[in-house]
Order: sequence, then C-alpha cells, then structure tokens
Amino acid sequence: MAVLVYAESWSGSFKKATFEAVSYAAQLADKIGTEVIALTIANNNNSTQLGKYGVSKVFTIANDSLTTFNNQAYANAIIAAAESTGADTIVISNTNNGKAVAPIIAAKRGAALITNVLDLPSSLSPFTVKRKTFSSKAFAQYSTEATQKVISITPNAIGAIETNKSAATESFDYTATESDNRLSSVSVDKAKGKITLTEAEIVVSGGRGLKGAENWNMIEELAELLGAATACSKPVADIGWRPHGEHVGQTGIAINPELYIAIGISGAIQHLAGVNASKNIVVINTDAEAPFFKAADYGIIGDAFEVVPKLIEALKTYKINN
Amino acid sequence: MKILVCISHVPDTTSKINFTNNNTEFDSNGITFVINPYDEFGLTRAMQIKEATGATVTVINVGSASTEPTLRKALAIGADDAVRINAEPTDAAFVARLLADYAEEQNFDLIITGRESIDYNGGAVPGMLATYLDIPFVNACIGLELKGTKSTVIREIDGGKETLEGNLPMLLAGQKGLVEEKDLRIPAMRGIMMARKKPLIVIEAGEAVKQTSVLGFELPEAKAACTMIDADNVEQLVELLHSEAKVI
Repeated sequence: MAVLVYAESWSGSFKKATFEAVSYAAQLADKIGTEVIALTIANNNNSTQLGKYGVSKVFTIANDSLTTFNNQAYANAIIAAAESTGADTIVISNTNNGKAVAPIIAAKRGAALITNVLDLPSSLSPFTVKRKTFSSKAFAQYSTEATQKVISITPNAIGAIETNKSAATESFDYTATESDNRLSSVSVDKAKGKITLTEAEIVVSGGRGLKGAENWNMIEELAELLGAATACSKPVADIGWRPHGEHVGQTGIAINPELYIAIGISGAIQHLAGVNASKNIVVINTDAEAPFFKAADYGIIGDAFEVVPKLIEALKTYKINN
Repeated sequence: MKILVCISHVPDTTSKINFTNNNTEFDSNGITFVINPYDEFGLTRAMQIKEATGATVTVINVGSASTEPTLRKALAIGADDAVRINAEPTDAAFVARLLADYAEEQNFDLIITGRESIDYNGGAVPGMLATYLDIPFVNACIGLELKGTKSTVIREIDGGKETLEGNLPMLLAGQKGLVEEKDLRIPAMRGIMMARKKPLIVIEAGEAVKQTSVLGFELPEAKAACTMIDADNVEQLVELLHSEAKVI
C-alpha cells in the first residue's frame, strides 16, 4: 500500500515540479499512514536532495538503455518499481513526459488515472481529489474506488514542502526491452536557458496589441528582469510573431504562475481559460473596456509602448533599493 | 493504409461553462458543440496523407446520438466513414477500452487523437488506447512524416521538442503543429453534400469498466475588483506586487 513517486529528471537534474510531486506523495503517504518511495531514472547523483521533501528511500536506475527518455521503457520501469515495493498509488508530475507515461502505467496496471490534480485528497475512501477541468474554466471532484491509482499533479499548483528528513538511495534496475524500443529518439532540440512555462513563477505575456514580432524586446527585457518566462496569446502564435510553444490559453498551454502579466491582450474567454488559475494577474491594455480587466488583480490602462519601458525602469530602481 | 482518427465532441472554445443538477452535470443548454480543436489538427493531417497515399480515413467517437453532427462534420471534411460507439463517455479507461475493442478488429496502421479534449482534459484516452492495442504512443505530437511504414514524428517536450522514429502501427496524440492553424480543413458545400451519403455506423458499447466518477463540479471564485493603477505611476504597481501580492 506504499506510495511510489516518479521523480522526473531533466538532463540529469530535478526541477521544481519534481519536488512538488515528491512533496505531494510524502504528504499523501502520511495521510494514508504508509511509506513513500521515490524512483529516479538517469539522474546525476543528486537523488539525496529528495529527502528534503519527505521521502526516506530513493530507488535510482542508472541503466544505459534508459539514458534518454522513452515513454514505454520509463513506464515499465516505474511499474517494475511499484511491483517490487508493493506500491499501489503512483504519483507523477503532469509534465509533458509525465503525460506520456501516466496513461501507459494506468492501462497496464488496470489503475485509475486522475490527471491535472490540484490538491491532496479530501477523502481517502473513496479516494476523492480536486482536478482542473473544462480547460481551467472549472474544477471537478473526482473519486475512485480502485486500489491501484496513478495521480498526476499539476505543476505550480501545490508548493514543495521542505522537511528535515534525509533519504537513503538504493539502486534498482530495469533494462529497456525490444518492445520498449519500437520508437527511437533521433534528436532533442531544447531551447537553451529558457524557463519552462508551466513551471515559471512569473510569466510575461504579449498579445496583438504589441503590433509586431520586433516589439518583443521589451517583453523579453521585462521577463528577464523578473526571472520570468515569456508567453503569448493565440493570434500572436498563429501570425508567427512567437513560437507555438509560447501560446497560453485554452488550446495552448495552461499555466498557473504566482504572477501573470498580460500586455496588449484583450482577454478573450479562450485566453482566460488557460491563465485564470494564475494567483495574481496584471493587465496592461489601452482599452479600458478590455474583458481582461474583470479577471485581473491589477490593471493599467495605457499604451504598452509607454507603460512597459516605465515599468522596466521602476523595477530596476526597485532592484537597486532592495 | 488505414488511418483511424478519434474525434471528441466538445463545447465550442467560446462557451461559458455552467453546471446543472446540483453541480453534478455539465449544462449543455445553449452550447454549440464542435470537433475537439486538438483533434482537428490530426484530422487535417490524415486528409493530407489520404491525398498523398490513397489511405482510407475512419473517424470514431464514443457518445450518444447527439454527437453525430460532429462526426458528419468530420465526414464533410473528407473522412471516408464514421463509427459511433453508443455510450456516454464518462471515464477514460472505459472510453479507451471501447475504442480498443473496435480498433483491434480493424488493424489500423495509424491512429491519431488529440492530446486531450478541451472539456475533461484528462489526456488519458490516447495512451490507454495505445497500451490496450500494444502499439507505441507519442504524446503532444507536433509533426509527422511517413515513408512507407516508417514514421518520423516530433513531440513537444518541456521547453523544446524531440524527434522520434519508428515503424507503424503507432498512436499519435496531436496538437497544433501537426498541421498549422491556417491549413486546418473546414467543410465545403460539396463535402457536406457527400457526407450525407457516407457510412456512419453505430455500434453498441461492449463491456468496459469505469475507474473514476465525478462527484461534482465547481466554478472558480470570482475575482475581487481589479486595482487600477495610473499609467504615470507604475512605481505603485511595483510596490503592490512587493507588499501586497508578495510576488517580487
């Protein structure tokens, strides 16, 4: 009845979403009254970091066949670890890789899969948990009677809680089979030094109000100053001013950062769906009637080309003084 | 080559979401239903492959009779035939099992779905279906090129993309990028006329287990009034973000 958490690595290191999933799993295990075990694959020897987030045991797999992410092989490795520890609940972060393994694990184990989870269960019997639905326009309470569960946690929704525990590591092995390797990775093209949108604490986003791709310099400058990721509205990605990977909204990426700054975005319902879970929203728009102001915490009616440079200056001054 | 495109019947993206029956059911009153936007990219890509290779394209969904106009729309866009499995799609494992039961008998070379539906957003059916059929699964697929049975696909990863190769059959859960927005097909008059004569068969749902149930829905809390800041006083915004919102 233990809880197993897959502690995902990116290029050998953990990211915030991993610590959140581990912390969730530790709290869940505590609630159930069982132990929590973490599994890492192709991690560069920083597995003991996970102890800080409440796990006492970390299984590490360092098999050459699993150096590159492979959803079939990783799913099977996670299943093997669950079987060996008797875990019946598997916690995964709802990242792109997490989404690529979770349904495979659930289907193979006959487990109930609940994705986009936002909170610890409100009840353990039946297991009931809150998740995002209708593209963040609503929430739903999902319940399952199944013993076997796969729970996938929305990044940035729950904080990682540090404890004073420390973790012991134990090596675990799984070798990719022929069937696991039916697809092979040819190349990985990673945007360097960029903050992942779904994980970013602050997101600075631009819309059609910015009038052209050449005007994104100030968005990028503002983002860099805040340590933020950059995003855009759907029309901006469709016109090609910004890459599709930056499109936030109902049919793009759903985000829930601490702070979302929307510049030159009117706030159509499709855009709001993807961003309204942000804890604080700042809207800068020339149009006082823009619907986005109704969903915002702070608003400035003004021309982005005047307001954003002033905001950059004000933030620089703030940084010097603090 | 045989291609299966799974189609979800979902509320239009501009829909205001409301619930009924003590917040336990989606209120479809006044809602326009459409082909799930993520599925449209896959359907268009399937049309392009059909035109290039002579592949046949079957569209399928799990739903009640009310979803048939959505399947007809897919036929009008160019799919050859449509299948509706008659059941309410309330659980991912249930839906995936019903789709697998049908697909298993048909030996499709390629199955394309959306990466998730914009209503329940589970993102679970594609990977479960691929696993039940024991074929490879590519999530968040943003590119597909075929050369015979060899497939080169691109998938979105956190902060980048990855190119993969493999042989058909496989299942791709697509999104924008599989084709560009501007290339999406919409039904033309001729297509709509032809769609009326194309086969749309209805299959009764077989045995499948539901793993989850929805106890209730809730809407996000309304935001308190927005604090307006003068455009000449952006320092106030910085101060509020620091002292009130505590985000910087």
